[in-house]
Amino acid sequence: MANDEVILLDFWPSMFGMRLRIALAEKEVKYESKEEDLRNKSPLLLQMNPVHKKIPVLIHNGKPICESIIAVEYIDEVWKDKAPLLPTDPYERAQARFWADYIDKKFFDSGRKIWTTKGEEQEAAKKDFIECLKVLEGALGEKPFFGGDNLGFVDVALIGFYSWFFAYETYGNFSTEAECPKFVTWAKRCMQRDSVAKSLPDQHKVLEFVQTLRKKYGIE
Amino acid sequence: MSGVKLLGINGSPASRRVEWALKIKGVEYEFIEEDLQNKSQLLLESNPVYKKIPVLLHNGKPIAESLVIIEYIDEVFEGPCILPKDPYDRAIARFWAKFLDEKLPAVWKALWSQGEEQEEDKKEAYEVLKVLDNELKDKKFFGGDGIGFVDIAANFVGFWIGIVEEATGVVLVTSEKFPNFCAWRNKYLNCDQVKENMPSREMLLGYFKSRVQAVANGPK
Repeated sequence: MANDEVILLDFWPSMFGMRLRIALAEKEVKYESKEEDLRNKSPLLLQMNPVHKKIPVLIHNGKPICESIIAVEYIDEVWKDKAPLLPTDPYERAQARFWADYIDKKFFDSGRKIWTTKGEEQEAAKKDFIECLKVLEGALGEKPFFGGDNLGFVDVALIGFYSWFFAYETYGNFSTEAECPKFVTWAKRCMQRDSVAKSLPDQHKVLEFVQTLRKKYGIE
Repeated sequence: MSGVKLLGINGSPASRRVEWALKIKGVEYEFIEEDLQNKSQLLLESNPVYKKIPVLLHNGKPIAESLVIIEYIDEVFEGPCILPKDPYDRAIARFWAKFLDEKLPAVWKALWSQGEEQEEDKKEAYEVLKVLDNELKDKKFFGGDGIGFVDIAANFVGFWIGIVEEATGVVLVTSEKFPNFCAWRNKYLNCDQVKENMPSREMLLGYFKSRVQAVANGPK
């Protein structure tokens, strides 16, 4: 699709932004990335996402698409000739949408609580987090990817969180490898894909970022 | 195990949305009313992750989460389209359906809130209604000239809120504050499709009045 203007309003540690980076890379779509300062949101961001004022926002020929899962589905529908992310079978598609929604509803919050809380609350968050991983491991089954033989919708929805695992493990004092080795195998397999490796920040950089946030929120 | 079964609850907005979608497509289905205090084995097996209704069973295969189910119904069954065809319009429809689902708890909370918390909770609910009011500014329905995916998703704000307001005496929606929303709601409630796909108003009013009574009588 020539003469397409694609802009991504993003923030480097955002696991939601990572989803779009990966999807666009898989589809080999050329785009301009604009890094937002979330303490000083640009007029463009406020104009393109007036309801939530959040990143990521995909802007395609001037029209904004907000909410990362919705934007990934849009990317899949528009650039449909390359690297399909959703399966063709409607039942499998429903399952993929279900799991993407599960990740949004359950996974983000429990991960966040691991580094923003202490004591009992933190222990409960850890337990929830590991339980989520086990549920996702169950959904993966024996497949190499959630998408089957290739990276799919759910893989794209989930893998960005892996860049935060070092931070979760450091503050939560646990090892994902020990608790959910199958999950880590899957994550490392995803990381072998260029589209993923180039879209995820270094885990140590994320840890530093979380350290700064914790200082800012007074969690020590 | 062929055919279509729906595990649902008569008085549940999420359940009613799915029935509405099935009726649009003219699909024959068996409705199984669940008792949330005594969930059936079928429900627990079909939705092990959340153990919630609605769950659609199509030839024995379960799909959970009402918006996921509606997209599945739209893709699998012949008949009028529920989601728009254009990818951008689909993304916008999904955005608003998601917004409605995510903000439902804030509105619900304000309806049942008491004491000091009530003012804060009402403010949050007003913010949600303001966004919806603004979205309906130049439109007859969320779906444009006709009822669409988002209007189906909006059954809670369109039908249930008014009934709960009457039962609790909490007023959130006024035409002074939200003229476009009220104009939409009037058209919505007078639509044949809505009249055919909502539970009995009297039944719901009676149910919520008894809940108000139970709250007034103190904790069980």
